[in-house]
Amino acid sequence: MGKTIIPIGPYHPLQEEPEFFTLTVEGETVVDIDVRIGYNHRGIEKLSEMKTFENSTFVVERICGICSTSHPYAYTRAVEDIFPMEVSMRSKYVRTIIAEGERVHSHLLWLGLAGHFLGYNTVYMWAWKLREEILDVMEILSGNRNNYAMFKPGGVRRDIKTEDIPICLKKIDSIVPTLVMLKKAVLDDPVLHARLKGVGVLSYQDAIDFSALGPTSRASGVARDVRKDSPYGAYQELEWDMIVTKNGDVFDKAVIRILEMFESIKILKYCLNNLPDGEIDAKIKDIPPGEGIGHIEAPRGETFHYVKSDGTNRPMRHKVRAPTFMNFPTYKASVKGQTISDATIILAAIDPCYCCTERVAVKDVKGRMLFNGQDLIRLSREKTGKMKQRMGGR
Amino acid sequence: MSLKLKALLKSPWVFHLSTGSCNNCDIETLDCLTPRFDIERFGMLLVGSIKHADVLLVSGSCNRMSVERMKELFEQVPKPCLVVAIGTCAGSRGIFKDSYNCPVPLDKIIPVDVYIPGCPPKPEAIIAGAVKLIEKVGGTL
Amino acid sequence: MIRREEVLLDFTSRFHADILDLEDKSNTRVYVNITPESIVKIGTYLFRNVGARFNIATASDLPPNIEILYHFLIEDINLLISLRVFLDREKPEIESLAKDIEAFNWIEREMSELLGITFIGHPDPRRLLLADNWPEGICPLRQDYEEWDQTADRTRGV
Repeated sequence: MGKTIIPIGPYHPLQEEPEFFTLTVEGETVVDIDVRIGYNHRGIEKLSEMKTFENSTFVVERICGICSTSHPYAYTRAVEDIFPMEVSMRSKYVRTIIAEGERVHSHLLWLGLAGHFLGYNTVYMWAWKLREEILDVMEILSGNRNNYAMFKPGGVRRDIKTEDIPICLKKIDSIVPTLVMLKKAVLDDPVLHARLKGVGVLSYQDAIDFSALGPTSRASGVARDVRKDSPYGAYQELEWDMIVTKNGDVFDKAVIRILEMFESIKILKYCLNNLPDGEIDAKIKDIPPGEGIGHIEAPRGETFHYVKSDGTNRPMRHKVRAPTFMNFPTYKASVKGQTISDATIILAAIDPCYCCTERVAVKDVKGRMLFNGQDLIRLSREKTGKMKQRMGGR
Repeated sequence: MSLKLKALLKSPWVFHLSTGSCNNCDIETLDCLTPRFDIERFGMLLVGSIKHADVLLVSGSCNRMSVERMKELFEQVPKPCLVVAIGTCAGSRGIFKDSYNCPVPLDKIIPVDVYIPGCPPKPEAIIAGAVKLIEKVGGTL
Repeated sequence: MIRREEVLLDFTSRFHADILDLEDKSNTRVYVNITPESIVKIGTYLFRNVGARFNIATASDLPPNIEILYHFLIEDINLLISLRVFLDREKPEIESLAKDIEAFNWIEREMSELLGITFIGHPDPRRLLLADNWPEGICPLRQDYEEWDQTADRTRGV
């Protein structure tokens, strides 16, 4: 049977970011994949060298919209590592609150998109509706739904007002019952079990060889989480669990993200209830010459920033590495041997944020178009539909 | 403005395009479809193929690779088509003005009808922009 | 439970011929200057034998050298070891780690196109981030990079 090439993209309607995948298939099975990125490359590392240290915080916030806090957090920690210095306890709590709020809304976004790919539009609408509540909390605390602009080297830019805390806690508590319902709906659904278990497996050894991060590695049994391995912020102030599973398939990745949301809500509520008093800003004047490294756990894995200073008020070199840069190549290992109808959900399970990384078409060997992006989503939903019918119809 | 366009704007079909963005504007655009804002009650529908589009929503700072694809796609859109630039990046590239990979702003490449500034613009702002678009063309909601 | 001092002692005694300098910056940060020829040996040892995770490599243009830092995190003891190599700026070449370990693949491609470093033996030395119409040989992260695009518009546009 001859090999066929399937490119997906670059304007796949539900992958919001443009990228270009080429899948080589034999019949229905994927045998190889190639990816062309660069559609989001905006030269941020070079831009940083033209801005001051404080202004760079705003540039890096706009690397990615969904993990928009993880980049300034890692960057400010990198600048603070040049001295090195620790910020005040209150700053740590405020930073943790913003970071965990972002984790919840990022995982809800993922849940909605995954539901959409599989044909569960109700999950999509519910997850995004819940997400609005968390965005309201973030707006009360920081003034904006995304791009919070809360971080600066030495602390945070704005304080959390004590009178805002009760309403935030009330909103967070209001989403928990619906989250529990969503958790049951997804984790107890036999069709989803059949559809997602064993699909797109990333083995333990592959997760190590590719240096996979975040839920992508924890699903394969590699227990890594920067919040536990290299603690920062307020994460050591309370007990919380790192969720690790061992099968490495798409189902496990969904389980990890759903359960992580509950842990994040626990951390959020603890920090809001126990916010210590103190200064929020160490008022750094001059950055000494030297180099610093900052790394934190974003919703997708570890974000890593490296900053080199020569004593002036601009970074001499600023390196940004988002988690998707290490997770993306694992797609090669997890999609080989799978069917075309699973290709999109396996990719979505890595939770790629292409814009962080810099930044698919089915043709036959004669160059004729076989499938386009819409067709691949349709194939994915058709497979779910057939499974539902086979399992007694719901 | 043509009668055809006025008729199309009773229920515009929108196609969303990103030319190298941080994705915030794209998520806020998708947010408009969710139950809280629900732009579908105005008849606006997100379509998957550019050949069905009446309105093009463009976000992103026009980086070199995306611009080639965008030009190809703009050729395929059935005219008349309205272009909406969502976000500061689509308006003028914003903070990416000096980036080596973002040479020209969007309105030097394709004609833009409506600019919705913001980083990102809130869904309320996007809906307000959509209403302005319809009013500009001379239609009513 | 292995301790930080034991790890560092083992590392420095094993590779004492290749280590030029060691900076013990803080409890969690160590910077080691090594010879470029020993990168594959030391990098593979840290990745496979010590079980450190490869974080990323950062390259900077520091005339007259190009410096590459390879960052490894030993998670059990929370120690980040950064291996520093200096290459000649006129002809920056170093052996590739990507031919044995997948984790190095993309970052070596990125460093090669943005700074002009050649990774000898890389299995897939294509462009990663830059566009097809970006001219060959122009490395944007070099200090002497100049705007080559005559059509670029750097005004605010309003």
